Amino acid sequence: MTSNDAISATLRIAVLLLVAVGATGVVCTREPLSQAVTLSFYGLLLTTMFFVFQAPDVALSQIVVGAVVSPLMILLTLSRIRRGKARETNPSQPERS
Amino acid sequence: MSPRTRRILFYFGAAGLVTILAWGVLGLPAYGQYQGPYGDLVSYAAVQSRHATDVVSAVNFDIRAIDTLGEEFILFTSVMGVVLLLRKRVEPKDVDEAAADVATGREKEPPSNAVRLLCLGLVGVSVLFGLYIVTHGQLTPGGGFQGGVVLATVPLLVYLAADVRVLHQIAPRKLVDAGEALAAGAFIGLGLVAVALQEPFLTNFLPLGTTGRIDSSGTIMAISIVTGIEVGGAFVVLLSSFLAETLERIPEEHRGEP
Repeated sequence: MTSNDAISATLRIAVLLLVAVGATGVVCTREPLSQAVTLSFYGLLLTTMFFVFQAPDVALSQIVVGAVVSPLMILLTLSRIRRGKARETNPSQPERS
Repeated sequence: MSPRTRRILFYFGAAGLVTILAWGVLGLPAYGQYQGPYGDLVSYAAVQSRHATDVVSAVNFDIRAIDTLGEEFILFTSVMGVVLLLRKRVEPKDVDEAAADVATGREKEPPSNAVRLLCLGLVGVSVLFGLYIVTHGQLTPGGGFQGGVVLATVPLLVYLAADVRVLHQIAPRKLVDAGEALAAGAFIGLGLVAVALQEPFLTNFLPLGTTGRIDSSGTIMAISIVTGIEVGGAFVVLLSSFLAETLERIPEEHRGEP
């Protein structure tokens, strides 16, 4: 019983530290494309945290919204912006991204 | 403001935040030591008077269903805003033609066999898992929102495995739009049925059944299912609007040259 408590306490502290490191990593990534990838990884870390803290339903929403949908929306937006820029610099090839 | 002053100002702010945060955290009850009466009451009420073993779902879809209704409409309205902002400047005549246009509009590399196999393998699993999460919200963790977002990843997997044309085939935009709107309305409809039965709005009016069975807990499961359809539809509409924006062929009159 005591050893189980110790294990779950260690797990909680470890996951909180990982989330802190992950969040700092996202903030320190300045390039938007790389930031989408670190954000997705950070979403997975948050999912683990919610799971460890016994909120499986929040973890389920987080894994989809945080790790897939928001990074994907960022990626799609970046792709759209770059295509627009490519068109400005090279108007003869409008469809190339 | 010089960078130096700005930094000093930041240090003051950060010190204040850390102090107040530490003060607040130290005043929290120890981990797992819950003190308030509401949680105990609701844990009892969910099982005893609603026959639902997942207390979170009982709170979301019954005891505080009106809050969930508000949240659902926040999602509904934001997705509507996205659709409005990203609406096409040139209205396509035919959906299939538009899809073909879009597919040729970008030189997309065909996905590798590894990606295709992984995505196709995940499609079935995701559909099953999403449906399970939506329909078992009253018994186990999950419910309409969680199941809905899981189901919304299915068209995305299909897009990754194939192309946007197949995405439009399995999730026709008109069907998804209509489904989303009808499901959002059905939430209010379920609330109004209770009113028609001379009960307060969103009262659980269906038979409660046996605790622990899938048909238990009355309207909780019904509301969970309509929420699942609404949330899944909303996310599909959101993603396909963003995809269309990325892949959309530039209309003739907007091109640099003829």
